[in-house]
Amino acid sequence: MSETGKIWALHLALIAALIVAGLVLPAYHQGNLARILVLATYAVGYNLLFGYTGLLSLGHAMFFGAGMYGLGLAMQHGDVSALPAFVIGLICAAVLAAVVALLALRTIGVAFMIVTLMFAQSAFLTVLYFGEWTRGDEGFVLQQATRQIAGVDLSEPTNRYYAALILFSAALLITLKLVRARFGRVLVAIRENEERTRMLGYDCFRHKFLAVVLSGTLSGAAGAAYGLLFGYVGASFTGVQYSIFPLLWVLLGGAGTVIGPFVGALFMFYLIDYASGWTSAYMLIAGAVLVALTLFAPLGLMGELRKRWLRWLP
Amino acid sequence: MSLLQTQGLTKTFAGLTAVEDVALRVAPGEVHALIGPNGAGKSTLVGMIAGRIEATRGQVVFDGRDVTALPAHKRIRMGLAYTFQITAIYARLSLADNIALALGSPDRGAARAALDRVGLTECEDQLAGDLSYGHQRLLEIAMGVAQSPRLLILDEPTQGLAESEIANFNRLIRELAGDTTILLIEHNMNVVMELAERITVLDMGRVLATGLPAEIQSDARVQAAYLGVSDAEA
Repeated sequence: MSETGKIWALHLALIAALIVAGLVLPAYHQGNLARILVLATYAVGYNLLFGYTGLLSLGHAMFFGAGMYGLGLAMQHGDVSALPAFVIGLICAAVLAAVVALLALRTIGVAFMIVTLMFAQSAFLTVLYFGEWTRGDEGFVLQQATRQIAGVDLSEPTNRYYAALILFSAALLITLKLVRARFGRVLVAIRENEERTRMLGYDCFRHKFLAVVLSGTLSGAAGAAYGLLFGYVGASFTGVQYSIFPLLWVLLGGAGTVIGPFVGALFMFYLIDYASGWTSAYMLIAGAVLVALTLFAPLGLMGELRKRWLRWLP
Repeated sequence: MSLLQTQGLTKTFAGLTAVEDVALRVAPGEVHALIGPNGAGKSTLVGMIAGRIEATRGQVVFDGRDVTALPAHKRIRMGLAYTFQITAIYARLSLADNIALALGSPDRGAARAALDRVGLTECEDQLAGDLSYGHQRLLEIAMGVAQSPRLLILDEPTQGLAESEIANFNRLIRELAGDTTILLIEHNMNVVMELAERITVLDMGRVLATGLPAEIQSDARVQAAYLGVSDAEA
């Protein structure tokens, strides 16, 4: 099989496996997987910037939150129905990402991390400041009756699972297409050696700007979907913890691989799920596993796989 | 008319003048060597020409157009190519991918041809970082050539190359000469004398002399500054 054939076969097989999983999994795991798929979408967005472009953001929760609050506030206070509210969430995330990109991309390296972290903290504090509408830390619940698109009740577990899968599949295939196109190759070139890339005639700023906007918009789509599918909008989703999570998932799964973010999110979710079944000190187990992975698989699970056997993995 | 022309080009770093008032003319199709002792300002000068380094004063005119205010990537797109003094390749990408980025297209045939010109064909799927230093230099040169530039700036291309590779390099440059204008910073005098049609000598940031190789070789000031004081005394 040609390289392109293998690549599409692998990613379509993953989606097919997830379609089947939705039919055969018991309710508990189906619910988990729905959540993982939305979070993996978030990680896919994060990976585009971190894994492919080499820009480490510590503030992606603001984009996740922009999507979530864009949708949530529109539904709660504007009586907007779910689908247009989802689009509003996307637009909020895209606009925020464009503004942050213009300012934060004036910095590089550690300064970029700090600037994104500070912007995200401001976003978090903004959510708390407007507590009258956002209900701050407490958050608000989206009424079940409003959580439907074209008559499909998205609070129903199986519908919710497939809605999450559609979102994830779209994000996965868009990323796959993008990173194999010229645009994605240039992002990797910027990651590997920005000065060289500039001196080959590429407009690095324009590429990085688009990467931030795309990454922020995908993260926002995940945030909006999370609010819509699980019916809750709260300030904790814009906190620093939610900026660190996608970084961890991507590192675990393999930065700069298309399916790495999903693998990482799945692995971490079930690691914590099983560990918390054995002991209340489950974070200790999670921590130990993370340290072991960093030591023995520093490229992440899919990254190691690519290095050893699957050189063609995008 | 010159393909490249600079006027009064000056760069000061925090009070230190690295390049001062340089007027340089490079004619279309010529191989122009830029020589001078270490710290003479050669890399800073070509950095300003390529747009990597912002000029403090002065003007760069490329192909009849004032490009002084133009960012580097736009100058490159006008037909300028630049190879770094300190090897700058994509170490974690394959040779073919390195060339594809220089070409701006994933054309395998063109990539192979570009690698072929410097004699690296057999390892196109190898990671660039696994190459020996000399081969990395050759890859860098191949990336410059692959862009089919009108002006190719080479900053000490033969540093670290073996004798046989230098002979190859000389042959490559002679093939390019005529179609491609070449601005060459070089320390290896054999290479300079073999390739250059005109030479500019830089010393302490200023142009000491410009002329034909024979003129430069017999110039007493150049001998004093560059080829060694004892020769000038003799």
